[in-house]
Amino acid sequence: MNILICIKQVPDMESKFKINGEGTWYDRADLAWRMNEYDEYAVEQAVRLKEQVKDADLTVLCIGPDQVTETMKKALAMGCDRGVHIADADSAKREPVEIAAMIAGFAKEKNFDMIFTGMQSQDRGSAQVGVMVAELLGIPAVTTIVDFVYDNGAIQVKRELEGGSKAVVTATTPVLLTCQLGLNTPRYPTLPNIMKAKKKELLTMAPDTGGTGSRQEIASCSFPEKKGGGLVLEGDVAELADKLIQLLKEKTTVLA
Amino acid sequence: MKTILVAEFREGKLRAEYSQLIAFAQQQQAEAVMFLVGNPSELPKFNGPLYLADAGRFGEYNPAVHKQLLLDVIAKEQPAQIVFLHSSYGWDLAPRIAVALKAAQVSEVVAVDNGLPVVPACNAKLRRIIKPTTPQSVLTIQAGAFGLDDEPSGTPNVIAVETETVGTVQCTGYEAAKIEGVDLTKAEVIVSAGRGVGKPENVAMVQALAKALGGEYGASRPVVDAGWVDHNRQVGTTGSTVTPKLYVACGISGAIQHLAGMKKSDFIVAINTDKDAPIGEVANVLVVADLKQFLPVLTEKLNAR
Ligand SMILES: Cc1cc2nc3c(=O)[nH]c(=O)nc-3n(C[C@H](O)[C@H](O)[C@H](O)COP(=O)(O)OP(=O)(O)OC[C@H]3O[C@@H](n4cnc5c(N)ncnc54)[C@H](O)[C@@H]3O)c2cc1C
Ligand SMILES: Nc1ncnc2c1ncn2[C@@H]1O[C@H](COP(=O)(O)O)[C@@H](O)[C@H]1O
Repeated sequence: MNILICIKQVPDMESKFKINGEGTWYDRADLAWRMNEYDEYAVEQAVRLKEQVKDADLTVLCIGPDQVTETMKKALAMGCDRGVHIADADSAKREPVEIAAMIAGFAKEKNFDMIFTGMQSQDRGSAQVGVMVAELLGIPAVTTIVDFVYDNGAIQVKRELEGGSKAVVTATTPVLLTCQLGLNTPRYPTLPNIMKAKKKELLTMAPDTGGTGSRQEIASCSFPEKKGGGLVLEGDVAELADKLIQLLKEKTTVLA
Repeated sequence: MKTILVAEFREGKLRAEYSQLIAFAQQQQAEAVMFLVGNPSELPKFNGPLYLADAGRFGEYNPAVHKQLLLDVIAKEQPAQIVFLHSSYGWDLAPRIAVALKAAQVSEVVAVDNGLPVVPACNAKLRRIIKPTTPQSVLTIQAGAFGLDDEPSGTPNVIAVETETVGTVQCTGYEAAKIEGVDLTKAEVIVSAGRGVGKPENVAMVQALAKALGGEYGASRPVVDAGWVDHNRQVGTTGSTVTPKLYVACGISGAIQHLAGMKKSDFIVAINTDKDAPIGEVANVLVVADLKQFLPVLTEKLNAR
């Protein structure tokens, strides 16, 4: 079975963000980078599928500047067989359909049986790229999966719905699945596997959207206005605790 | 501006959130028509044309078929905007429509600024204003961002639609959320653990504080996904929606899906090492501290009262 997993490198969301010079996105300097959380579930599911069916080949693909290869190494250490890095220093300026077009351009004619993506990226959070890849390739897609079972060519997934109920959906290959948090428990790469990953193939390709151009512009990027007039308490923990207890007495009835 | 609003129907019911689509259209003073794969016995309250396909025949989740039904309506109406909810139905269908129309798609719109959609990024720490450059655009609106002052009213003018397209995946049924055990919606005080607790053993600190305050403990999603706390204690869009007198968020950043489940609490306290965490937007009090140090001290002082 031939499987593709798409991952994105994103900044740690606890970072202190600054706006870039053009005022369109965050400044990339001084950020800590990691694998998009949702994509960790995608990688894990693919690796588990390989462990189940044995005969499978896992390609992990990432579009971005050279530094993304660090994140790709994690996916290789988790168990992907090869990496494809589409080297695009300007990937942050691309909109979802351009990213999707690059992925579809790569996947076309490679006959992937299954493609796993995250349901959304943590920084952009558009939840578009996965479904768009499937549409451009003309294959079915099921989004937001929290459960996955493969049995002899038949696929059964559960889609998570609002309120926590789930829809049971069946599909056959080829199919693209977008992975939601909690789908599985992503493994931590072991040291021997980190060493092995260093020897795995990591192909670099030039970005090519196959003529898909821009459909939107970023008018501006800013910090939201602080609306919440909430009180911010800082200082010594004992004093903080006293202050908070005082506030709870004044503003709520729970300590009565 | 001609706008198609895409309403939703699930588990045999019309989803009430369609009123948010109407609110969006009203705010834009858009000329709205509605599209729904649903049931003629339960129509949205809406004054205008409603293109209605039968969910009994075309399924409640059947992307390829719903896509074709909607594309046919789009071809007829030539709207400038197609508007979905940013929901499990909306984010699944919208990109399919955007690709087919070669139209710009803007996800999770929270406001409109001078006619341009505003969207959050990086866990709502940033916001961007997007300018679609295609004649048509596809939008998904964030749950709760647009609301009507009154209940929706009106009677739609129903236009039945159908297609010969067949589906490529099959929805075979639903599985209800497990709700046995604790019912957080009834608790007056809830203290919730977020990923900031760091490790499963530290959940005990949150439980101890909940006990000292005479309440229940809850959790954000990563803590539940990791198996540290049961799902029936998850607060948020895919957990419970709670409105206690006091909600204490410990090591929770304040993602929109969490906020949706707790922001209507009477009084909100957040304990977080990050002064800029978005939870600060809804918190009455933000205590900037390491919860591992702060919680035991607070609990001890409360117990000593
Ligand atoms: C469709 C969908 C549905 C979802 N449904 C839900 C839902 O129902 N409920 C839900 O909660 N989430 C839900 N999520 C996930 C949501 O988007 C966030 O990923 C999640 O809420 C983050 O949880 P968190 O705040 O605990 O973790 P994080 O975002 O990782 O935040 C951890 C916080 O802890 C702080 N911190 C770290 N260390 C300490 C310390 N020592 N002391 C104090 N503070 C510390 C950090 O500053 C940070 O703010 C959903 C997501 C999607 C896409
Ligand atoms: N630069 C990228 N390289 C590879 N995959 C990506 C990239 N951006 C997004 N994706 C994939 O598309 C999913 C959805 O992203 P988004 O549409 O940005 O929310 C992510 O979880 C990834 O699986």
